[in-house]
Amino acid sequence: MEHLNKTELFNFHKRRGGRLIEFAGYRLPVQYRAGIILEHLATRFSAGLFDVSHMGQILIRPLVGGMGEAALHLERLMPADLVALPVGRQRYSFLTSESGGIIDDLMIARNEESFLLVVNAARTTVDLDCLQAALAGTCSVEKVEDRSLIAIQGPASEAVMARIAPATAKLEFMDARETSLAGATCWISRSGYTGEDGFEVSIPKGKADMLAELLLDGGGVIPAGLGARDTLRLEAGLCLYGQDIDLETSPVEAGLTWAIAKSRRFGGARPGGFPGAERILSEIERGCARRRVGIEPEGPVPMRRGTRLYSDATGQISVGAVTSGGFGPSLNRPLSMGYVARGSSIPGTRIYAAVRNRILPARVAPLPFIESQYKKRKDSRNEIYQGA
Amino acid sequence: MKYTKEHEWLRAEGDEIVVGITRHAAEQLGDVVYVGLPSVGERAVKGFILLEIESVKAAAEILAPCYGEIVAVNDKIAENPALVNEDPLGAGWFIKIKPENPAVIDEYLDEAEYRKLVE
Repeated sequence: MEHLNKTELFNFHKRRGGRLIEFAGYRLPVQYRAGIILEHLATRFSAGLFDVSHMGQILIRPLVGGMGEAALHLERLMPADLVALPVGRQRYSFLTSESGGIIDDLMIARNEESFLLVVNAARTTVDLDCLQAALAGTCSVEKVEDRSLIAIQGPASEAVMARIAPATAKLEFMDARETSLAGATCWISRSGYTGEDGFEVSIPKGKADMLAELLLDGGGVIPAGLGARDTLRLEAGLCLYGQDIDLETSPVEAGLTWAIAKSRRFGGARPGGFPGAERILSEIERGCARRRVGIEPEGPVPMRRGTRLYSDATGQISVGAVTSGGFGPSLNRPLSMGYVARGSSIPGTRIYAAVRNRILPARVAPLPFIESQYKKRKDSRNEIYQGA
Repeated sequence: MKYTKEHEWLRAEGDEIVVGITRHAAEQLGDVVYVGLPSVGERAVKGFILLEIESVKAAAEILAPCYGEIVAVNDKIAENPALVNEDPLGAGWFIKIKPENPAVIDEYLDEAEYRKLVE
């Protein structure tokens, strides 16, 4: 990756003391002056501001027929119920492969006349190819190039956003609206990647720096980098594409069955009809050979990605590996997640990890490690992360 | 005070050498969350791993700057690894070694040479 993209907030990051690294082809801050732990804790106790402009934003518009037909076309790519998705709501879903793996995980929002997808930066090109191939002749697929994406996350998010756009306080978890913010037409959703209440704001380029400063102005929120984003999502048990999920992992193995709509399962109104449905739906019925689980090291040594896991203290019987791991600042201890064989996947099971030249004990734990704090409607069920 | 190219500082204290990491190294590592110290009495082997240190983002190994015997370890940083970030040159020291050759410290960089390295 020779040429590194800068986001609209590049100067903002410099000004705020961001330590810039390369991530998915972009120059982004891993942390600011406060450091990962303080940025993480500020987000849990008040609010953090994240530049997530590297993420792909894709607009899908029907060319023939209406939104109902576009919903059906998109349902051929993902196991979500897009027909029943109301305007102004979004869902977490994933593009599945023919072999039942995950091409990418994403957020999909329904607008009046379009669907908006927010996808992983490193998968944007693959996703566009996949969408264009499947929707050719029926929908237009447009990568949004002229917008930045800013996330405000944490319990103070509502108050921070309400200072400049009081109407956003009325949004509930997974609502998505077009709203005017500081004179710019923004696409705002109440969602995020931290386990906290929060918002993601898609804003026209040229306005992002101004908005970021405006959001910080009233206090209660600090800029937070990719490092804190990673520790926050790890504690919240959320998957990172390329680490915890990929083309080799099925959604059921990954503990993402909750995101597969009832209507798309056996016995539902429109069962199957997405790539890999046969494998995925039968795994829901019959289970699978391995599962994504939480892992709590019993000592203080972090167990990072790639760490091999065993069922015995001598490291003879392999049961899996860590896919994400490190330190959880809110819990003040190391934690990991990874895949283990079904026989070792029950919370409380003692397992062993090979860290450098030692075998260290750990326990399988339920996910998430910390309870999510989403601002959800009491009757909403499908989109809430229920844990693995 | 002397410095290694691996961003350790070495300070002679009588016939012992105190070892820690520089402010530059602590900043680059970020928030330290774990320090795996050896035991007093273990042998330090020059160029081999002396201790393990982990920040939120990364794991690092600190290499022994000389041959000798480990005569003291800073248990406070095992209990509170943040000390390494807060006071890397003082309360965040790692280890004391009694070197086989006390003159070994002269092999290492002085303040000006180290500053040139990190600039």
